[in-house]
Amino acid sequence: MNEIYFHSVTLRNDLCTGCTICMQNCPTLAIRVIDGKARIISEKCIDCGMCLKVCPYNAKTAITDSLIELQQFKYNIALPSLSFYAQFSQKYSKNAINLALQSLGFNEIIDVSYYAEVLSAYLKDLSLNDSIEKPIISTYCPAVTRLIQIRNPELIKNISRLESPMEVAAMHVRKKVIEEKNMSGNDIGIFLLSPCPAKITSIKNPIGIEKSSLNGALSIKEIFPKVLKKLFAQKNEKTEIQQSNLGDLWGRVGGQRDVSKIQKSIVVDGIDEVAKILDMIELGKLSNIDFIEAYSCVGGCVGGPLNVENPFIAKYRIDNRCNNSSPISNDEIRSNFKYENLCWNREILPSKIMELDTDIAIALKKMEEINAIFKILPGIDCGACGSPSCYALAEDIVQNRAKISDCIFKKLEGEESEN
Amino acid sequence: MKFEYTISNLDFSTAGEASSNIKKVLKLLGIDSKIIRRASIAIYEAEINIAIHSYGGKIILYVQENSIKIIALDKGPGINNIDLAMKEGFSTATHEIREMGFGAGMGLPNIKKCSDEFSITSESGKYTRLEIAINI
Repeated sequence: MNEIYFHSVTLRNDLCTGCTICMQNCPTLAIRVIDGKARIISEKCIDCGMCLKVCPYNAKTAITDSLIELQQFKYNIALPSLSFYAQFSQKYSKNAINLALQSLGFNEIIDVSYYAEVLSAYLKDLSLNDSIEKPIISTYCPAVTRLIQIRNPELIKNISRLESPMEVAAMHVRKKVIEEKNMSGNDIGIFLLSPCPAKITSIKNPIGIEKSSLNGALSIKEIFPKVLKKLFAQKNEKTEIQQSNLGDLWGRVGGQRDVSKIQKSIVVDGIDEVAKILDMIELGKLSNIDFIEAYSCVGGCVGGPLNVENPFIAKYRIDNRCNNSSPISNDEIRSNFKYENLCWNREILPSKIMELDTDIAIALKKMEEINAIFKILPGIDCGACGSPSCYALAEDIVQNRAKISDCIFKKLEGEESEN
Repeated sequence: MKFEYTISNLDFSTAGEASSNIKKVLKLLGIDSKIIRRASIAIYEAEINIAIHSYGGKIILYVQENSIKIIALDKGPGINNIDLAMKEGFSTATHEIREMGFGAGMGLPNIKKCSDEFSITSESGKYTRLEIAINI
């Protein structure tokens, strides 16, 4: 297979001023400013979307599909991600929003929260299974899974085998539509309404499965105003109030724990804090914990960079919508879904992109060079060179990605000594 | 190659930094993640020991092509009975330290488990010196 890294996160050259803010905030140090533009080192990017959040010029963006893609298919299905309904004022019922989506060209809208609740039941089973390595780490946030591949590969075996609700929903619905409507799989288009670039990348470039059951993704940001316009047009149309499933809680941090009711859970949000918790697991300090619910974004999926509503308001709405939800019966879950069909099946591999060299002897030599260069750099991590820190510049120099004169201080020193 | 880290007494906000820095170094060097994990556990426990029990000390790391050597050296009360200190669950940590979740008496046994060579020397009222090696 060709090693092509698809990333949803991308740079808009025309808007980038080369200001270095995204570079300084990137948790995997995947950005370098080259010739005044903030380039992403593809192999290091985990699509967390931090750069989208911090860019003051909106130059970092997510590659998404648009409604035009729906024309490729005879039957289109929308999978609103679990933070989607929380973007709308509570005066709009789920049904009203679904009607609006239908008028935009979707034939069917799937309630992903149902599948989140199904997965919660099986997650609870895993937590009670003594033969499974603990703590189990949720796969729901794909940026966290990618962070583990890069940063904590020893924890790959702790990653839950359960797929994400969107993937399970798409798999299930595709099969159902093929059977019930007697359609070919190629006629069906399934689209996620996504709060984040990481989920979009997971559709185009999945981890743990060969191919996603989804065909594409639209960003919530893009579809929201269109839905709102349709909602305004609905005006007096009476819509039946549809109960929220408990699974809707997965749209905010703590939802997986609250629905699965795994008591010994640690819930962590924000990529820096997630990294610290992953380190604690590696140190063996959390062996008494059964489950780790971790999100790259503060607040969980409501904090995703492609949402429109403030994460804390959205979180409030999710809790409100779920206030009177009654759980799906265990019988229904167990008779309709089997554990094996809810799992990913391809090995998740560690990523070795942080290494200086595959040969330890050469890597040691390179590190000596890095340390020697680092010593003569100013050590103020100004970022003007285009690398996120003086150490990163030293590394980039040794790896032939930069030169010492990229450091403005070294350059001035050089010019002074010439004069 | 040599790396040196200073550890302060009772500074829990920075305890763990040496371990996490060394982890980054070993990762850059492309060392197997299982070995990195063992080294970082050993260093973390050694760091916490220095922070809890001593008046301060340092961790020195030597990385060679086929081994990692770690020396943890501190000034402090030393260890009176090393055999006893090596027993799982034995601890001289104060109540306050235990309240903070440290001092469970697993540090030294854990370090030993993670290392291929292990030696500890101490002089009562003066110092403790821990030296371990992990084969690459």
